[in-house]
Amino acid sequence: MNILEVQNVVKRYANHTALDDVSLEVPKGSIFGLLGPNGAGKTSLIRIINQITAPDEGRILLDGELLRQKHIEDIGYLPEERGLYKKMKVGEQLLYLAQLKGMTKAEATEKLKVWFIKFDIKDWWYKNVEDLSKGMQQKTQFIATIVHEPKLIILDEPFSGFDPINANLLKDEILELKKKGSTIIFSTHRMESVEELCDNIALINKSKVVLRGEKKEVKNRFKDNSYTVDYIGDFQSNSNDFQIIETKNLEDGLKRSHIRLSPEYSVNNLISNLISQVELKAFSENIPSFNEIFINVVGGEANEIL
Amino acid sequence: MNKILLIIQREYITRVKKKSFWIATILAPILITAIYAIPALLFLNNTNTKTVEVIDESGLFTNKFKDEKGVSFKFSRQPLEKAKKEFLNSKFDALVYIPGNIVDDAKGVRIFAEKNVNLSLQGNIEGTIQSELRNIKLTRAGIDVKVIEDNKIDVSANTFSLSEDGGEKSSSAGGTMILGAVLGFILYITVFLYGSQVMNGVIEEKSNRIIELMISSVKPYQLMMGKIVGIGMVGMTQFLLWIVLTFSISTVTSGVIASRFENQLKKEIKIGATKEEIKKTETEIKSQNPMAIVDKVFATTSIPKLILCFLFFYLGGYLLYSSLFAAVGSAVENSTEAQQFMFPVTIPIIISFFLAQYSIQEPDSQTAFWASIIPFTSPINMMVRLPFGVPAWELLLSMVLLVLGFMGTTWLAGRIYRIGILMYGKKMTWKEVSKWVFYKG
Repeated sequence: MNILEVQNVVKRYANHTALDDVSLEVPKGSIFGLLGPNGAGKTSLIRIINQITAPDEGRILLDGELLRQKHIEDIGYLPEERGLYKKMKVGEQLLYLAQLKGMTKAEATEKLKVWFIKFDIKDWWYKNVEDLSKGMQQKTQFIATIVHEPKLIILDEPFSGFDPINANLLKDEILELKKKGSTIIFSTHRMESVEELCDNIALINKSKVVLRGEKKEVKNRFKDNSYTVDYIGDFQSNSNDFQIIETKNLEDGLKRSHIRLSPEYSVNNLISNLISQVELKAFSENIPSFNEIFINVVGGEANEIL
Repeated sequence: MNKILLIIQREYITRVKKKSFWIATILAPILITAIYAIPALLFLNNTNTKTVEVIDESGLFTNKFKDEKGVSFKFSRQPLEKAKKEFLNSKFDALVYIPGNIVDDAKGVRIFAEKNVNLSLQGNIEGTIQSELRNIKLTRAGIDVKVIEDNKIDVSANTFSLSEDGGEKSSSAGGTMILGAVLGFILYITVFLYGSQVMNGVIEEKSNRIIELMISSVKPYQLMMGKIVGIGMVGMTQFLLWIVLTFSISTVTSGVIASRFENQLKKEIKIGATKEEIKKTETEIKSQNPMAIVDKVFATTSIPKLILCFLFFYLGGYLLYSSLFAAVGSAVENSTEAQQFMFPVTIPIIISFFLAQYSIQEPDSQTAFWASIIPFTSPINMMVRLPFGVPAWELLLSMVLLVLGFMGTTWLAGRIYRIGILMYGKKMTWKEVSKWVFYKG
């Protein structure tokens, strides 16, 4: 079951097309990574999902229903550019934002108290926002995003501006929200957090979705059947079975080679071949990181893989 | 709908909570009261009598200087040089010298004083000498003194306004003019003041970057209207408090002033005076009371109607302009950048202010009529004309057009606003902004 379905969405501005026939599905209860370089169209898509702007073509389904005004309350949004009313008290401000998301005042007060205790910030309630540090403001804003317990949470670059400790806190919180059944979309170009958190991804480049799917499946798609071996000695490839891409010298006579197998040649065959020639120290399959995939795809070399 | 209420509430409460709001609210009525009460009180407290020594070498003016409130005259026969020497040690406040050849050389009069001679005393002395000289010259020319006396006609016109049912009320053209000017000016100031508050509020949201969060919860139009209405209500609150405070402070102050006048009255009515004399003095003193003119103006103008019309034209003018101010705020990123874009919005306000100066002189002219009908200039100009009396159909037409006018500008502003608030890092031009109006979705 998908919480969100984006179907053939097109958004044009005066001189350029921000989204060109974009489709993607976000499964319920997952963490979805919306990736892409700056200016690719991520923010345009997020704004459409938030109903800040409307698409020129295509449609969007939230929980199976066509996106409508009432769905605003089902979505929590943390924009990349953080901002709060500086002269307002933290508590007042969060109450206001929660009420705008359709909560009653009593409900919001109760929920906010829980979060204030959880984040250990009880004494902030009557503080002015402008007196908070940047990190404290980030926490405040995160609470504003999730206090109304939305079905879908959209976080735009959530880790920017957080120190490592608070980033970890946020990560744990995201995982916990997922456990509770929320779906989280996060838009980022920090690939290590994608690696760690996401179940599914979509990569947008130049207004188009150029890559999408389950994290593991995408990675498998980008495997090039290559392996890394550490060994002592020397060996050669004397057939078409495999090919040595590069060899490096490590310390103590150890060498590391990058090998790509031909599709018919099995890993076991390779290992027995190697053992007969050198003293094998380590052997591993090369699984591409998202960083590599990102650079690969956005760099334009792998467009044909799709 | 509920969300608009929340926005209005926030905009209203955060502003009404500010200290500056309360300072302005309390200070203004005190200032208004002070403007008329201080001169009145000064006038009353000025009780120390000045004595003036008069040396009249011509002998023509004996007993012609009449003692009046605050001044008494004393004639002396000593030569000028001696009097000048003794003057500083004498109890006189001023010394008037009239030379013997005064009839032929009117410029010979001299007034000496330790400090500067005050203008009204100087005017008084000059006036007396002048009219006496005129009499003398006329007599010499062979005109009977009695004819001269008969020709001293005191003209003081009373103005009346005729109402349609044929009744007449006494009015005061000067007072009506002042009332119109004050109302127009207050409107001018407040439309500017609250309009730019709306603009700064929009800029604040945009530069704070909270705008994106806000419009993921509410529609841009709701946010804009919530802000405009909220701030407008702050203005209304301020006006109502001003009206209540000004009336109560004025009532107390004019009560005090009135009782002082009463005392003055008793002092001036000498024992043994005839009833007629008493009455004459009474009306004389009452006409000096500065409150009288205010009473006179309010007697011809219906205050509730005036207040209601003022609130209506304030709201209409405010809505019309503040939505344009909101549009300007949305198109820029900071207040400095806003200056250049404010220009086209402020021009009509300034023009209507200048037109108002004309409307107040000629409230029934063609120019004044059109200025008070066209929505952009009508709020200020109608308020200026209103105390003079405006036909009902004109008032109604002006109101209807104003409502249509602000519906038009809020629509236009809304179109610009929804695009503008999300535009960053782009230098705006009018050409660009005008394109936004036609963007869809």
